[in-house]
Amino acid sequence: MSLAGIPAEVAPLVDVRNLSVRFPVASTGLFSRARSYVHAVEDVSFSIGRGETLGLVGESGSGKSTTGRAILRSTPIASGRVSFDGNDITDVTGAALRALRRNMQLVFQDPYASLNPRMNVLEIVSEPLIVHGIASSVDEASPIVADLLSRCGLPSDALTRYPHAFSGGQRQRIGIARALALQPKFIVADEPVSALDVSVRAQVVNLLQDLQRDMGISYLFIAHDLSVVRHISHRIGILYSGHLVEYAPTNNVYESPIHPYTEALLSSVPIPDPAVQRKRGRIVLQGEIPNPIDPPAGCRFASRCPLVEDRCRVETPRLEEKAPGHFAACFVRSANTQ
Amino acid sequence: MENPQHIPDQYSASTRETEAALHEEQNLEGRPYEVTAATKGVFRELLTDKTGVFGVAILAILGLAALFAPWVAPHGPTDGSLSTANRKPVWNGGTWEYMLGTDPQGYDMLSRLIYGLRTTLLVSLSVVLVAGVIGVVIGLISGYRGGRTDRWIMRWVDVQVAFPGLLIAMIMIAVIGGSKTAVIFVLSFNGWMVYARMTRGVVLSVKEQPYVEAAELIGCPPRRIMFRHILPNLVSAISTLAVLEFARIILAEATLSFLGLGLQFPEVSLGIVASTGRDYIFSTPRLIVIPGIAISLLVMAVNFAASWLRVALDPREREKRFAANALNSATGAGQ
Amino acid sequence: MISHETILDVRNLTVDFFTRRGTVHAVRDVSFSVRKGETLGIVGESGSGKSVTAQAILGLTELPGRVTGGDILWKGSSLIAGREAAETIERVRGKEIAMVFQDPMTSLNPVYTVGMQVSEVLVRHMSMSKKAARSRAVELLDMVGISNPAKRLDQYPFELSGGMRQRVLIAAALACEPELLIADEPTTALDVTIQAQILDLIAELQQRLGVAVVLITHDLGVVAGVCDRVAVMYGGKIVEEADASEIYPLPFHPYTEGLLRSTPRLDVVSERLESIAGSPPDLREVLAGCSYSPRCAAVTEMCRSAVPVLDQRGEGRRVACWNPR
Repeated sequence: MSLAGIPAEVAPLVDVRNLSVRFPVASTGLFSRARSYVHAVEDVSFSIGRGETLGLVGESGSGKSTTGRAILRSTPIASGRVSFDGNDITDVTGAALRALRRNMQLVFQDPYASLNPRMNVLEIVSEPLIVHGIASSVDEASPIVADLLSRCGLPSDALTRYPHAFSGGQRQRIGIARALALQPKFIVADEPVSALDVSVRAQVVNLLQDLQRDMGISYLFIAHDLSVVRHISHRIGILYSGHLVEYAPTNNVYESPIHPYTEALLSSVPIPDPAVQRKRGRIVLQGEIPNPIDPPAGCRFASRCPLVEDRCRVETPRLEEKAPGHFAACFVRSANTQ
Repeated sequence: MENPQHIPDQYSASTRETEAALHEEQNLEGRPYEVTAATKGVFRELLTDKTGVFGVAILAILGLAALFAPWVAPHGPTDGSLSTANRKPVWNGGTWEYMLGTDPQGYDMLSRLIYGLRTTLLVSLSVVLVAGVIGVVIGLISGYRGGRTDRWIMRWVDVQVAFPGLLIAMIMIAVIGGSKTAVIFVLSFNGWMVYARMTRGVVLSVKEQPYVEAAELIGCPPRRIMFRHILPNLVSAISTLAVLEFARIILAEATLSFLGLGLQFPEVSLGIVASTGRDYIFSTPRLIVIPGIAISLLVMAVNFAASWLRVALDPREREKRFAANALNSATGAGQ
Repeated sequence: MISHETILDVRNLTVDFFTRRGTVHAVRDVSFSVRKGETLGIVGESGSGKSVTAQAILGLTELPGRVTGGDILWKGSSLIAGREAAETIERVRGKEIAMVFQDPMTSLNPVYTVGMQVSEVLVRHMSMSKKAARSRAVELLDMVGISNPAKRLDQYPFELSGGMRQRVLIAAALACEPELLIADEPTTALDVTIQAQILDLIAELQQRLGVAVVLITHDLGVVAGVCDRVAVMYGGKIVEEADASEIYPLPFHPYTEGLLRSTPRLDVVSERLESIAGSPPDLREVLAGCSYSPRCAAVTEMCRSAVPVLDQRGEGRRVACWNPR
């Protein structure tokens, strides 16, 4: 039984319950003891099954990257629990954590800065193998690396070249090959295509999809807008200011969104067709994303919500099942009214 | 239907306008591009920087002279007697045998300068090495570990920096006595902090780079991260710092020896040569002026070379210089 | 409200970057013009040369780059060539042509208040007194939709969010009532919901003030809502230019088509995301033929051997392709 009323899936691979991550901020005043906290992630629960993708969408300050890093135990968790493959990993540290890392990896957002410019591709992709003792030297790892590179669509003569000889899309593929080296069961893809050219994004997303099909990897695919995640996600979670405001199977989110923020998000993605774009009924939100430091009570979206009522400013809505399998945190919308 | 995995990709760097234009290297042949950047075409570029040429040339000459001192110097450093005392230099009526003249003890100035240079360079290089290694390691640990370790180490650094270096050096030498080893020890003891601070600064910023985070997520232990991923970023900054420190240590050693607190007879260093002239400043000024000029020349050459090195090790600076030259010659041709 | 008077005329612009590893031909023989009051969108990905073009217009090309050919005419006066060019640029920059850059985080000076930065433009170009400049600054901040403008004037950039900073920059850009606003990826660093706000703002201001806008972006969606005309750049050249209403339903150039196909549309459900095979071109190479030919699905022998020229193909449309639709 979980507090948010979301049923724990049958043997999910990754299970996150009531996760909260807070960062202390410098205390105000010279001698003041009171500390302020940035509430990066607040009471978030979801689960990811084997071979499944959860698309986690949110804008800046939503806590999406922090959530991903918290699951990987790269960021300290304030409260809540994370379990992986049935084991509670919330408090694991040190060597045990490093051993755990074999099963969970990260693909970074920035293809230019996530590869050490002083190491060649072979060294970069073989490093995980060497660190975990699978291969004792770079040469021994070479055939494994060549295989990984070809899976990722990179020719084998890439081995001796250095990252800056490659384009953004290719570098991202090198990063994916590195993440695959240890044959992880779970990969957090943190905005993997945001920094790439539009014409190249699909190459990477399609690659991830193919790898999921062939190797059964689960993904947490983090993105800042809804246009990229549709094809690869089985389920989508929408984060706003640290709270999970909508959580449902992919098509439900796109076709019948419940939370007003989801609607606004869908509406702000521009459609590359002037005839359609200029005539669309668009919801343009006024105002800014709220300050995550010591937030006030009530729904975080209240300051910008077109449907806001008095209750919203006082109580924080919980994630509830509004339609079969479709969860939203809103007092005003009881079920999809579209 | 496009299948990106089978269409051959051009190995073309994605040109993010200016940024990428500065970082493109064609054929690396297995070496990190910064090493290639630093060595390829370096000589030709050196020639465009006049002060750099001057500095490196002087250093080369002096370095070789110091290395081959026994063959280059016309006499031994302590060869001489009262019969050869106070000979005038060649421009003042003396002979070529004692080109720069001799001192009151009868020792040949030029030979002493050459042998002195040898000792000075040896001591200074040793100090740079010892202080550098200690400082960089401490800075790495402090910067990478962060938190309490960092705070306490930096406090120690602050305390040590607060003490006047020369005073400490003098006191220590007074206690342990003067010798090459003592001088090296004392100057290293006072000199490691600047490396630690600089290293820590660079580490703090490099630590935030995604590829360092990636290394942690792969499961690399801290030591591997520090030496494999972070340290190489420091090469350029440390090199420049080391060269500048080198200049400073030369002066520090000269000062100590001049005050009689560094090396002792029969050791000879540039500072010692200068110190013999201390009592004759008004009667025989050349005894102090000539070594003074030698020290100045050495330090100046080191500084010029350091400034050139800073540009040589930084690909961006080299690009700017290259572009400026290319445009100057283009405008010269009337574009 | 688009007149037929051309205010900006870029002719055969060529910009090169001199690097140790070869000369990067970032902009190759680019020509286009902007009429009074119209909105032109320049769309391109990395290596297309779009930002370099924009910087060249305002003389912002820095070492190792340099304008090596062509001319840019602003209302008939050259901004590049001739003895008066430097003078013209000084006069025009900030006053008649204004620019908004990509990253609002770094475009504002962190040690001066917002008010000082907006007033500075007014004092310098319009010779206003500080007091007059301040009250005009309040009006401008209000015009760009900043709440509590008087209070904001005394705030520092770090106290404002990204969207607000971008608004401040737009306010500063429009302060002297320029006739042309160049916006170089103004919303790329912003969140999607904020992007929608800023684009609406730009469209509204454009309507209201009649200022011509050159909007540079990599996102065809952004351009669709705001621009009258679109120019698509690839490999340092313009490959297609047409009215927005014409180019989207019917692109002629294979790259434009590929780009449109790769841009995901929320209103169209598809099986898999599409992309263009291959990678952006290396601008140090000058191919014998079309620089898109290695990736083009419609490539012919002609394409590989001769560089296509930007030609008129139909009303208001120019295409540089040997084998267009």
